[in-house]
Amino acid sequence: MGAASKLFLDESKVARARASASNIADSLTGFVRARTTVAVERTLLRLLGVDGIEDQGIPLPNVVVDQVARAGRLERGVMLPFCSAMAALGLAPQEVAEAAARGELDLGTWEIHNEAEARALGERIGADAVARVGRTAAERRERMARLSPPNETMLYVIVATGNIFEDAAQGKAAAVQGADVIAVIRSTGQSLLDFVPYGETTEGFGGTYATQANFRVMRTALDEVGERINRYVLLTNYCSGLCMPEIAAMGALERLDMMLNDALYGILFRDINPERTLIDQYFSRMINAHAGVIINTGEDNYLTTDDAIEATHTVLASQLINEQLAFRSGLQPWQLGLGHAFEMDPAARDGFLMELAQAQLVREVFPDHKLKYMPPTRYMTGNIFKGYVQDAMFNLVTAWTKQGIQLLGMHTEAMHTPHMHDRHMAIESARYILNNASSIGDEVEFKRDGLVVRRAHETVEQTIGLLEEVESMGLFEALAAGRFADVKRRRDGGRGRAGVVVRAADYFNPIEAGLRAALQLDANEASHGNHR
Amino acid sequence: MAIIGRTGATPPDLTRVRPYGDTLDDGAVQLSFTLPVPFGDEAREAARLMAIGMGLTEPSIYHGADLGEGYSFFIVYARTAVTVDFTKVVVPKVEGRRMTKTEIDTFISEQVGRKLVLLGACTGTDAHTVGIDAIMNLKGIAGEKGLESYHEIEAHNLGSQVSNEALIEAAYRYNADALLVSQIVTQKDVHKTNLTELIELLEAEGLRDKLVVVAGGPRIGHELALELGYDAGFGPGTLAPDVAGFVAQQVVARGLTTRGSLRGGKSG
Repeated sequence: MGAASKLFLDESKVARARASASNIADSLTGFVRARTTVAVERTLLRLLGVDGIEDQGIPLPNVVVDQVARAGRLERGVMLPFCSAMAALGLAPQEVAEAAARGELDLGTWEIHNEAEARALGERIGADAVARVGRTAAERRERMARLSPPNETMLYVIVATGNIFEDAAQGKAAAVQGADVIAVIRSTGQSLLDFVPYGETTEGFGGTYATQANFRVMRTALDEVGERINRYVLLTNYCSGLCMPEIAAMGALERLDMMLNDALYGILFRDINPERTLIDQYFSRMINAHAGVIINTGEDNYLTTDDAIEATHTVLASQLINEQLAFRSGLQPWQLGLGHAFEMDPAARDGFLMELAQAQLVREVFPDHKLKYMPPTRYMTGNIFKGYVQDAMFNLVTAWTKQGIQLLGMHTEAMHTPHMHDRHMAIESARYILNNASSIGDEVEFKRDGLVVRRAHETVEQTIGLLEEVESMGLFEALAAGRFADVKRRRDGGRGRAGVVVRAADYFNPIEAGLRAALQLDANEASHGNHR
Repeated sequence: MAIIGRTGATPPDLTRVRPYGDTLDDGAVQLSFTLPVPFGDEAREAARLMAIGMGLTEPSIYHGADLGEGYSFFIVYARTAVTVDFTKVVVPKVEGRRMTKTEIDTFISEQVGRKLVLLGACTGTDAHTVGIDAIMNLKGIAGEKGLESYHEIEAHNLGSQVSNEALIEAAYRYNADALLVSQIVTQKDVHKTNLTELIELLEAEGLRDKLVVVAGGPRIGHELALELGYDAGFGPGTLAPDVAGFVAQQVVARGLTTRGSLRGGKSG
């Protein structure tokens, strides 16, 4: 924020809101660290290199974790019996998983006679896995240094054909047209699957399945086009839903650059169990942190169910909570694509100024963050001509307030997944406006007692009120009371709760320990020093 | 048929209506499309031939752009000679009188004599609740309060990604009078599969005749809904009273006002 607040913000008020969010995040740490989930355990196997499916189509990480979970032995972690079997049988990770899938080996009943040896082996292969995640970040840095970097405001477009090969062709064309970031939308319903589909896929509904093979197809395509246009093209997918940490691992292995990664989104909009997904998120964000991934949070969605004019403060409050939760998993400010949106009713008088106030406020509260600004969706109608203007107004706010990640609006929003030329028109319009109004934010100042400044100050006040309320009632209770997005979610409700396991005292997870060390999390936690 | 508009100008021949750009019967249309061929003179000519192939005349390729990777985009203006006989146009419409919220509450209390139970859901894998929320939730949309605000309606919004089985289970649990099914995602016609399956399940349960079942969504028309076995379909721009008024009138017209528990017996 600093001295030059264009909104004349009171720094102490922002600090008060942030301190409140920090306390909310701290109140979850103990709960989360005492637990694991089936998804977290499957993730460890994936990071060790376990992949593939058995003859019924069940992924091998699920086969192994299910064996241990069914036997009620997951509280010590899957890696203990797994590494024990590896050591005793002299097998590689993939070979142990395949033996389990063939029914030759049951890790649920496996007797651990070699615990010291198993732990030593686990430490060793766990360290290799952590190093592999780190190499992803190094390779990205190398490529970005060699090619020109993305634009300062990254233009982000979506492909969603259902067929990964069509997605790749469309993604490459969008990159040539000027897109910096290509996101492959997932098939509807994937977030509720408690396994990750396998292989290259050509059928999907409203999107394409997130599979490791599909990640690879897109990565190869975007690297290829990136070399041609001499610009690094970022790839995005969804690290959310019941397989959140597994997808983080897959993304780390295949060098995805951005991940939608937000437990609050899953709780509110996918009815995923709050406990499950907050535990999953804690670990998935460590992987994202170490892999150098930029996460995107989903606060923009609050404004699709709640009223965007009345509920602005819920977005800021949630962003502050998400920021603190992200810091606790080792993410840096530049890795935080905190979400917000241009979703006010276009019929509202001076709605543009209220949008401007919100965008500038978020920019100032999160100065070093990659903010992810989402286009109008709720009031898009099928009138493509008006829609193109709505998107232009949205782009003008970004030119003014310097958002980091601009998800381009499509004039055909509310009609169908984007057509080839819809993306082209959106990119053309955004480039025109971002260039033509490039310095507007530096040139034009806000009136000290004007509408924009007053609106921003009100939002800060309301945000403090909401955060202090959440702090006193607890995050789980606040979610149950419908404080966010006007949606109520009970702590014991939703999908996936059965996959939560309380850790035993001798729980074994050398990969998490390795990530914690690499990200210096223990030092940070001890100093309570994460809030800025 | 009464002619509306064009006062003082030559009236259109309603048996032979054509698009109007700038002059009566000029047949002007605008379209844009992408061809999967590299941009250039050949692509432009291909776009012109495409328009002619569509039966259009005098195509003008006003704008062309290279989308890269072997794709070309065109904006085309042309004329059509096709005419429509407006006097023969028939569109099935949702039957019944349009009532206000107050009128509906009064209608239910007088004609039904008990609260109506309405369940709303986005079924299948569909997670887009904007539409059903606008109809069901207290807040409503466009200044029109949702069904939760009606005194004589007990409204339950089951939210997103509700399986057809779960919806039927909820119908039993709440002893519902009507089911409101929202479908937004229509890629590969997934909505039709979903909507058809619900009707089949309801018929298998012997519930179809005991319930008013309606569908809604941006690409759900009344005609399509009837085809799929629904009582009505509600497209874009629908507000809560459109749905509530229809349901209330259907309950009365079909003699469902004194219906007992859905669990009791298979006949209505």
